[in-house]
Amino acid sequence: MQGRHWISALALTAGLLASGAAFAQTTVRIAWYSDGNEGEVVTDLLKRFEAQNKDIKVVLDQVPYKAITENLPVQLASGQGPDIARVVDLGGVARYALDLRPYLKDAGYWEKNFGPFLPWMRPAGDDKAITGFMTQLTVTGPLVNKTLFEQAGIAMPGAKASWEDWAKAVKEVATKVQAPFPLAMDRSGHRFFGLAISEGAKVFDAKGEPAVIDDGFKRGAQRVLDWHKSGVMAKELWGSVSGAAYRGANDEFKNAQVVMYVSGSWQIAQFDKTVGDAFDWVAVPSPCGAAACTGMPGGAGLVAIKATKNPEAVAKVMEYLASEPVLSEFYARSLFVPGHLGIAAKGLDYKDASPQAKAALKVFSDQVASLSPVAYALQGYVNNRIIFNAVISRVGQAISGETTLDEAYKRIASDIEQQIAERNKK
Amino acid sequence: MSLVTKLATARRKPGRWHWTDVAAYAYLALGVVLMFGPVAWLAMSSFKTQAGLLEFPPSLLPMSQREVVVAGHAQPLPLFEVTMPDGSTRVLAQVRRIGIQAQMVDPANPAEVIRVPIDKRTLVREFKLATENYTEPLERFAFMRFLWNSVFVTVVATIITLIINSMAAYALSIYEFRGKNTVMLMVIGTLMIPITIILVPVYLVVTELGLVNSLWAVILPGAATPTGVFLLRQYMLTLPRDLIEAARMDKASEWQIYWRIVMPLAMPALAVLAIFSVMWRWNEFLWPLAVLTKTESYTLQIGLNAFQGELQTQWHYLLAMTVVTLLPVALVFVFLQRFITTGIANTGMK
Amino acid sequence: MASAEPAAPRGESSGAARLFAAPLSLLMRMIDWPMSALQRLIGERRMAYAFLLPNIVFFGLFVFLPLIINVVFSVTGGTALFPSQRPYVGGEQYAYLFDCGSFLDPNSCREDHFWRGVSNTARFTVFQVTAMVLFSLVTAVVLNMKIKARGFFRAVYFFPVLLSPVVVALTWKWILQRDGLLNAGITALGGERILFLVDPSWAMFWIVFVSVWAHMGFYTLILLAGLQAIPADLYEAAEMDATPRWRVFWRITLPLLWPNMIVVIVLALIKGVQTFDEVFVLTGGGPGTATLMVVHYIYETAFSNQVQNFGLAAAASVVLGLVLFALTLAQLAASNRKGAA
Repeated sequence: MQGRHWISALALTAGLLASGAAFAQTTVRIAWYSDGNEGEVVTDLLKRFEAQNKDIKVVLDQVPYKAITENLPVQLASGQGPDIARVVDLGGVARYALDLRPYLKDAGYWEKNFGPFLPWMRPAGDDKAITGFMTQLTVTGPLVNKTLFEQAGIAMPGAKASWEDWAKAVKEVATKVQAPFPLAMDRSGHRFFGLAISEGAKVFDAKGEPAVIDDGFKRGAQRVLDWHKSGVMAKELWGSVSGAAYRGANDEFKNAQVVMYVSGSWQIAQFDKTVGDAFDWVAVPSPCGAAACTGMPGGAGLVAIKATKNPEAVAKVMEYLASEPVLSEFYARSLFVPGHLGIAAKGLDYKDASPQAKAALKVFSDQVASLSPVAYALQGYVNNRIIFNAVISRVGQAISGETTLDEAYKRIASDIEQQIAERNKK
Repeated sequence: MSLVTKLATARRKPGRWHWTDVAAYAYLALGVVLMFGPVAWLAMSSFKTQAGLLEFPPSLLPMSQREVVVAGHAQPLPLFEVTMPDGSTRVLAQVRRIGIQAQMVDPANPAEVIRVPIDKRTLVREFKLATENYTEPLERFAFMRFLWNSVFVTVVATIITLIINSMAAYALSIYEFRGKNTVMLMVIGTLMIPITIILVPVYLVVTELGLVNSLWAVILPGAATPTGVFLLRQYMLTLPRDLIEAARMDKASEWQIYWRIVMPLAMPALAVLAIFSVMWRWNEFLWPLAVLTKTESYTLQIGLNAFQGELQTQWHYLLAMTVVTLLPVALVFVFLQRFITTGIANTGMK
Repeated sequence: MASAEPAAPRGESSGAARLFAAPLSLLMRMIDWPMSALQRLIGERRMAYAFLLPNIVFFGLFVFLPLIINVVFSVTGGTALFPSQRPYVGGEQYAYLFDCGSFLDPNSCREDHFWRGVSNTARFTVFQVTAMVLFSLVTAVVLNMKIKARGFFRAVYFFPVLLSPVVVALTWKWILQRDGLLNAGITALGGERILFLVDPSWAMFWIVFVSVWAHMGFYTLILLAGLQAIPADLYEAAEMDATPRWRVFWRITLPLLWPNMIVVIVLALIKGVQTFDEVFVLTGGGPGTATLMVVHYIYETAFSNQVQNFGLAAAASVVLGLVLFALTLAQLAASNRKGAA
């Protein structure tokens, strides 16, 4: 009953103010958005923390995701933000992040377990700071409706099958069982770059500057456009909204209208609940392109904010949440792929998950190590969302028929260049 | 246009049905379906389970599968209607599904397992309201706190809006003074400016005033509304001037004239502004989202929209919470609809 | 004391109004003393300034000042929030916005989304105002006939006005999507599913439709009031002369309804140009950029992109503001002339 808890907390605060603040209790505020049940899980965990640390009060401000992407940057820029925030645009928020090292008891633990992900949350030019950890590591990849394949009597392509093999197979299945979406791919930069990097996109030049448009990228974009033309993909996702808006196909997949859904690990918890026993679904390793067979890493990080007045308390909260038992419970209960190397190595027991959800989580967890280095570089790049947004927006326009791909390439390059220039104006 | 013409000038003898009457009632009946239907559909959908929401074709009423306890199985099993190879239909309980085959049993005879292809079975369902869509979020969130904040913002903002805008409208309709045209130009010029495009500068002003996370940050910025001034002034211009002159003769102060004479006379226009102010404030989303970051200060619209994640929206909760925020509005409407609609009609808006 | 007793409010159920007015009345009494004193000091005429003051203060702080800050934003660059930290770039943002090969073809513009937004908004507004006037007129005329349960039907049409834009959009999205109610109906009748929000023409049609659905009730009431104010003897006289009905409508009804029509057109136009949240939730500006509105463009430039480009967004909003200002003035001038005629 958080409601009652809250009202009593307020009464307590009011009482404290009235009595002239008899004893000092530090408040730490966390801005948190949820995709699934993770808000409830972390609330439970924080209650335990408060029971152990009577002098620190942790307030979880649950917000819509929109508040995190659109308003949090403005609040941080004006010095108004929370003490800790759960964010996805790690590179964008990094310059407001607090380096926790002076306050941590054991920085080595963080280096050891979060090592590969720490650079994602560091401000440009810093290669030492520890600012947060990943509440969720995501890996993009396909989920397949196995029952539709069986109904159509077609064999599923095996591991290391190419994108072409998959496109052909799912189209055949869809025609036989009359599913409207042979292949659905989220309207998202991460999903697209999984394909593009597999096709050989390098994203950066030798100096590490973005050089997005290359042959590999073009192969990927052409593929997506052709799939829309040949009916392998339906226009509803990429062709339906404008700008950088995200669109997923969860509902369609749940309704068995999608044969292969290129999305990612975060879908597992939801499908486990909504699909139920209606059909069998499996996660499969990323299909292969000309250069690799990779998805994109990503996820949401919990980042400490520099403007906080109580860095010690913030560090204490972060240390608690990042500690191995607490974090394993968090990952296990919210069905997330762990962003903690120790936990990942041991393997996580997802107690509440069905066997097929467990199997899918294993497929994604196994991919973490084999993702292309280009994918890691792109995820760790400070301005990566500029690239993602420009690509979705312009490729989307080409798919809806407003422009050509060549035109889109030009605009992607100039959009990225202009926005990075704007960011660097001082 | 000719249909309109006929309708407009139709004069029918009492007791006789002219075809325009039929057309009019048909139009009105269509209107009822078109206006109420979508909202009723939303309300009904909010009682469906997460899985039930996504079905196609959608069921009209909230349904969920019927389950039965079968001897030898710990969990209740879902019931299906199965078409047997000989064409007859039976109601069976499903034990498990393997690929495109389902293993089923007859609840009356649980020992015999029957294999059925999955396209030969349909779920047996029953009417059930998924009230957990409502109770779960309401328990998780400080609902009463959000409600109080919303009510506070709505009431206080509406009172302030009514007072300061009617004062300005009074000045602009009754007096001649230097700078009047400038003020009128400002009012009209900003009539069309949507707040969305000045969101960042207003945020800066509010930050400088130290109002962030206070409900006043939501109340104050929209208080002076050009639409309100415009609406009230248009109405006040129609009021008889000699009434005001007579009051001045009787040595009434200007303030007394404003609140004892003009305000009561302007009641219909004030009512319209009050209704709009209540609607604006109750429904406001983008601006509170920008200035309120602490749970204690959330309004309903912010608090109940926490179900929109990055990658997933929990539709079942979102729809239920939409209905919750809709309820007070619907209640206000049911009780005040006569007042609201005649109020607008009576403003005349010359 | 004022001799004139407050006239009874013209609204039908004034009880609710009195309830609301009671606490206000007390407040007003408290204000009377200082205001009377002020009046003795500055005289009756200058009291206008005292009445204007609170509005001017709020308006200045939260509308006028932000508009000025917006102008400052528009001539500066970078991503800093505080104007003092932003480097001056002169007219660069404007030049960027207006960098077009041909103003008739958004594709030739550097910032094509802005121009697409402008052209979509213009088209949407024209369709929406036309449909709005037409349907509110028909509805008002029908409601003005001698029908039973007029109050009920009036309420039915007004009801959606009270819904928030987000609820309106959500409601219709739920109906129009691929697996929505409308497609369920179409497939049940043996038709093929129509992807309403993926086809540019359908998407534009539906945003106009939904916008009319949501706001029509308000305009209907304004027109209904106008219709009811037309004296019945005018019609009777026309009937005696056996004037054809369409002439009666053109010669009597429409001219007498004109002032109300002006209000409807002005308000619908303002709403049309400002449209954002309804369309944003319903179509997300798509398919492609077919329903991307100019306010949506400004919002996205300032907030949604990783680089929150306040400068460019501000420049676009200044341009939009100037156009709107000119439009309003032109419209008022036109309506004054018509009204006088």
